[in-house]
Amino acid sequence: MRELTFTAAAREALAEEMAQNPAIFVVGQGIGKRGGNFNTTTGLYDLYGQERLADVPISERGFVGMCAGAAMTGTRPVVDFMFLDFILDGFGELVNQVAKMQYMSSGRLKMPLLLRGCIGVGGSSATHHSGNYYPIFAHLPGFRVALPTNPYDAKGLLKTALRTDDPVLFLEHKSLLNTKGPVPEEEYTIPFGQAAVVRQGTAVTVVAFALMVRKTLEACEQLEKEGISVELIDPRTVAPLDVDTILESVRKTGRLLVVDETFGPCGMGSEVAAQIMEKGFDELDAPVRRVYGAHTPIPYSAPLEQAAVPQVPQIAQAIRDLVAE
Amino acid sequence: MNAPNKEVLLSLYRQMLVIRRCEEQLARSYQAGLIPGACHTYVGEEAIATGVCAHLRHEDAVFSTHRGHGHALAKGVPPRQVVAELYGKVTGCSQGRGGSMHLFSPEVGMMGTSGIVGPCILQAAGAGYSFKLLKTDNIGVAFFGDGAVNNGAFHEGLNLATIFNLPVLFVCENNQYATEVPFTYSSKNSEVANRAASYNLPGVAVDGNEVLAVYRVAGEAIERARKGGGPTLIECRTYRTRAHAEGMREAGYRSIEEIESWKARDPIPAFRKQLLARGYRAGELDRIDEEVKAQIQEAVEFAEQSPWPDPSTLMDHIYSHSGA
Repeated sequence: MRELTFTAAAREALAEEMAQNPAIFVVGQGIGKRGGNFNTTTGLYDLYGQERLADVPISERGFVGMCAGAAMTGTRPVVDFMFLDFILDGFGELVNQVAKMQYMSSGRLKMPLLLRGCIGVGGSSATHHSGNYYPIFAHLPGFRVALPTNPYDAKGLLKTALRTDDPVLFLEHKSLLNTKGPVPEEEYTIPFGQAAVVRQGTAVTVVAFALMVRKTLEACEQLEKEGISVELIDPRTVAPLDVDTILESVRKTGRLLVVDETFGPCGMGSEVAAQIMEKGFDELDAPVRRVYGAHTPIPYSAPLEQAAVPQVPQIAQAIRDLVAE
Repeated sequence: MNAPNKEVLLSLYRQMLVIRRCEEQLARSYQAGLIPGACHTYVGEEAIATGVCAHLRHEDAVFSTHRGHGHALAKGVPPRQVVAELYGKVTGCSQGRGGSMHLFSPEVGMMGTSGIVGPCILQAAGAGYSFKLLKTDNIGVAFFGDGAVNNGAFHEGLNLATIFNLPVLFVCENNQYATEVPFTYSSKNSEVANRAASYNLPGVAVDGNEVLAVYRVAGEAIERARKGGGPTLIECRTYRTRAHAEGMREAGYRSIEEIESWKARDPIPAFRKQLLARGYRAGELDRIDEEVKAQIQEAVEFAEQSPWPDPSTLMDHIYSHSGA
């Protein structure tokens, strides 16, 4: 099978859907002729022109609100935030308008709005270009939140996002953008709310999000040599969250670790742990454990930055400790 | 634009009365404890929604603010659906999910009123973006108060609408108070219309209590927008003669004399006077009022007799169920 980068796979999904659906348009800074800071729209301007690849002024609240109105009136906007951190200037429009519009209109208005942006800590991006923020959106009713971790999922999830009538956050970890993987030529989509079992194992279940899937895989290879068999689950979407697949795995292993790059309090680890305790307490042979990022703004300097997020040795040790409990 | 004919003149009169009689009824219903939430009336400002919406069709998209009963009615939401909504009944235009501040009826192009000041400006621009991309001649319309114009949404929305040359009408209902804060306090620029110059779009100030003036100015702007001429900002100078919300007292932020002076400029008797001067008979105008009163009475009975929403529907419509 051919291999594509994460970015190329996502771009192919957008290009295919734009060819199929003339109501799709993209707004963002530098997404027109320039093709996007992260090459999200490279080549599309020449195909679809300025109205469908519209550079916008740096006024996030403005263009988020504008795209909300467009989504309510027959088109399908894609807001490309470049760095997801910039979404926060449009947060009120998203929470009070976008997320609630279908409900408040009793389902008579649709909100087919795609919000995409790069997330994640790395590359000394510093505190305003390192945000993750997905647990905040997963907390709110009305949003779908996709966290692809490989090129295949990036394409399949983006296609689904461009066909649903719900507002979707499609979040791309910066450290995954240039990773390569197999992507079939044939048409496919990946439904939301279906986790992937990335690696089968028997001793412990690890649920990891975004870049942490790759870091945990590295840890698993090391642990394999030590005779520890890890089952690794990538939820792929955090809203909806596929609790059933996690529960199924915990029935087999009896142990659960959640690995997340972002903050612990009120985070994905808290949510997964609570749900598994509610639905599968009797399956657990040990307390649910969490590994998560430091509860701090993200610093610039490399040693500080690395200390802020889980690293492979820390994940491996947490797994060893849990298996020994 | 052609001068309004007899049919238009009488429908403007009827529409203003529908809003007024409906608001008066809602105020009474509120006092009787039949409206469980907020109730922001549009009394005194009827000429604006009426004069603007007379030019709109169902395909045009109206986005409004917390003081939105008049916009919903003028856009074609039946009074019974507005009254039922404020009563919290399932037959309301938002099926009991919204109340006074969240009136939705996309079937007639009422795309929602909002409890947050400002978003309607941006959403109307977005409707304009859709209509342009889809190559229709529909337009987006935002109604908002003077309280919205010192908000970022106003400036960002006007800028976006002009750079993309969108078919949008921005209607500022300058009733001079943002809740209780005077506009003269909130801004060193006491005008709204001249702010349009900052973004290079036409800005027009008009007497918002003069329905034919609003009708004329809005008609020109809407015609321009439909023909690809881009957005317009209209500032309608007006006044709300009731409290910010029913149940709130006049807490000394404006004088009784000021309120009385604006009551004397009530847009409905003023228009009636003009119609009489044009030769319309008092009896004809009175008959319209009687018909409207009966319509509102029927709306109240409908609301009272309508069922409550079923609690089992609480979680319906959060998502679209469109296959994701």
